[in-house]
Amino acid sequence: MTNTHTPVADNGVNIEALRGARQALTDMPAAAQFQWRASCEWVKGTHSRTTMSNFFGLGQEHNHRMAHTLDADHPEVFASEDNGATPPELVLGALAACLTAGVATVATNRGIQLRSVTATVEAGMDLQGILGIDGDVRNGFDGVKVTFAIDADASRSDIEAIVAQSQKRSAVFDIMSNPTNIAVVVA
Amino acid sequence: MRTPVVVIGAGQAGLAMSRNLANRSIDHVVLDRGDVAHSWRTERWESLRLLTPNWMTRLPGHRYDGPDPDGFMTKDEVIGLLESYARRIDAPIVAHVEVLSVRAMNPGFEVATDRGTWSCDAVVAATGASSEPRLPPVAAVIPGRLQQLNALQYRSPSQLADGGVLVVGASASGVQISDELRRAGREVTVAVGDHVRVPRSYRGRDIHWWMDAIGQLDERYDEVEDIGRARRLPSLQLIGGPSLRTLDLNTLADAGVRVVGKVMRVANGRAQCSGALANVLASADLKQDRLLERIDAFAHERGLDAQLLEPSRPERTKIGVGELELDLSQFASIVWATGYRPQYTWLDRAAFDHRGNITHDGGVCALDGLYLMGLPFMRRRKSSFIDGVASDARDLAGHVHAHLDHLARV
Repeated sequence: MTNTHTPVADNGVNIEALRGARQALTDMPAAAQFQWRASCEWVKGTHSRTTMSNFFGLGQEHNHRMAHTLDADHPEVFASEDNGATPPELVLGALAACLTAGVATVATNRGIQLRSVTATVEAGMDLQGILGIDGDVRNGFDGVKVTFAIDADASRSDIEAIVAQSQKRSAVFDIMSNPTNIAVVVA
Repeated sequence: MRTPVVVIGAGQAGLAMSRNLANRSIDHVVLDRGDVAHSWRTERWESLRLLTPNWMTRLPGHRYDGPDPDGFMTKDEVIGLLESYARRIDAPIVAHVEVLSVRAMNPGFEVATDRGTWSCDAVVAATGASSEPRLPPVAAVIPGRLQQLNALQYRSPSQLADGGVLVVGASASGVQISDELRRAGREVTVAVGDHVRVPRSYRGRDIHWWMDAIGQLDERYDEVEDIGRARRLPSLQLIGGPSLRTLDLNTLADAGVRVVGKVMRVANGRAQCSGALANVLASADLKQDRLLERIDAFAHERGLDAQLLEPSRPERTKIGVGELELDLSQFASIVWATGYRPQYTWLDRAAFDHRGNITHDGGVCALDGLYLMGLPFMRRRKSSFIDGVASDARDLAGHVHAHLDHLARV
C-alpha cells in the first residue's frame, strides 16, 4: 500500500525483484540458507590469489557469471612486491562495498534518487600487534571510520537514515562489528 | 462443565472481553491461574508505574475520574483498578485455576484445568504478551557465579547481590531498572541493542498524548507496511513517575551508568559487545526526530502552535565508543531486560504454523473459534496497552458472536 505513495527512483537496483525475494524467503526459510566460498592459492612470498567462483543458495549450487579473482600482497615498505592490496585493505573494501550496495538498495526502496555515493574508509592499526612486539596490542584495527559523501534528492536527515539502515542490513558490518566463531583446520 | 466461551486470563484484556461478551448476553467464564491482575501482582517490580497517563487508562465503560489525570498509576493502583473493574462488571471469574491444555474438538474446545474440564464453543486466550522472558542465547553460558534475574523476576535493588550489575537491554524495562539500581548506589553497566527513544513530554504535552492525537496508537495492523517489524518493535524507552522526566541513555550516562553495545558472545569469563552501538544510537535519534517532525506537522496543521511550547529536538545521544569486551568478574549479577513473549504451551498445536508461530489475523486465529488478546500491535498499535484492550475486545467479541451464531445454525 505504501508503493502508491513512494516515488520511483532509478538507481539501477531491481527493487521489485528484491521485494519478491524477501517474500519468497519468508515463506521458504530453507531457501534462505546460503554458503559463500573463497579459495586462496599461495603465489610467492606474501602474494596470494583468491578465487570466488561458486556458492550455494536457494537450495542449489550456483556459479558466478565468471570466476572473480583478487590478488593480495604486502607493500614494498614490508619488503614485499605489492602485487595486490593488503588483506586488511580488502576487508575495508568489503565493508565499503557492502554499505554502498545497502545505500543504493535502501534509497531505491524509499524512492530516493541517488546522483553520487562515495564511501571513504580509514582504519588504524598498531603493527606492534602482528609483529608480536607488544602482547597487549591487538592484531586487528583499533577502530574503523567510514565517511559517506552522498548527493541525492533527499534531506540530510533522510540521507542519514539511509546510511543508518544500510548498516543495520549489512553483512560485512555485522561480520566486523560482532564476533564470529572461526574454525581453521588442516585438511 | 459447559459454557459457550472460556476466556483465559483475568487481566485488563480478559476483563474487557468479559464485559463485551456480557453486553452481548454471551455466557462465559474467565479463568485465571491466580486472582484478577495476577501478573501485575507477581511479575512486576515494586517501583513500576504505567507508562501511559491516568486519563489514558481506559477500559470499556471506565474512564479515570480521579484528581491526577496526568499522573501515572503505580502497579498497586493498577491492581486496584482491575479489581474494582472486575467487581463492577461482575465478571464471572473462576480464580486459582491452572489451564493445563486447550484441545480443538472441531467444533468447539476442551479446556482441561487442575479443577476439571470445560467444554466450550470458543476460547479467548487473554494471557498477555509478557508470560515469559525472551532471553538471548548467551544467557545460557553465563558463569554460574553470577546471579541472574530477568525483568519478570526483578523486584528491587536489594534483591541483587552486592557488587556491579550488568543490565542487558535498554527498552522501558532496561532503562528503568538501570536507573533504579544506579540511584541505589550500584555500579551499573547497560548493554544496548535496538531501542525506541522518545521524550517523556514534547512541547508541553505528554508523548502519549501526542501519539494518541496524531492517530499513531490507533493505526491498524492491516494498514502498516510491515506488520511483522511493527510487532517486533521494542517498548518505548520511557518511565512513568510522580513527576514527568525523560529517561534515556544520556540521562543514564550523566548519572554514571556505563553504556556498552549489545552482548554478542560470552566466553572465558568475558562478554564481547557489539561494535554497532554507534549506529544503534544514531538510528534511535533519527527515528525520534521523525516522530517529532510528524508531531510538529500535525500541530501546525491543526493550528495548535500558539498554545504549545516551541518545537525543539532532544540532544543527540552523546555516548562515546562503547567498550567491546567486559570482564564479567566486575559484576555480581546480570538483569536480562531483553523483552518478553507470550506463552501458549497449553494450546492445541493446530493453532500454530510450521515455525511454531500462532496463526491469526488481528487476533482471529486460523483455528476456528480461537481468539487472542493483548499482543503487541495485534489489531492496533495500542493493542498491548491497557488503553488498547477496549477497542480490540469490542471487535473480537463481534467475531466470537458471529462464530457462535454460525455454530448454532449448522
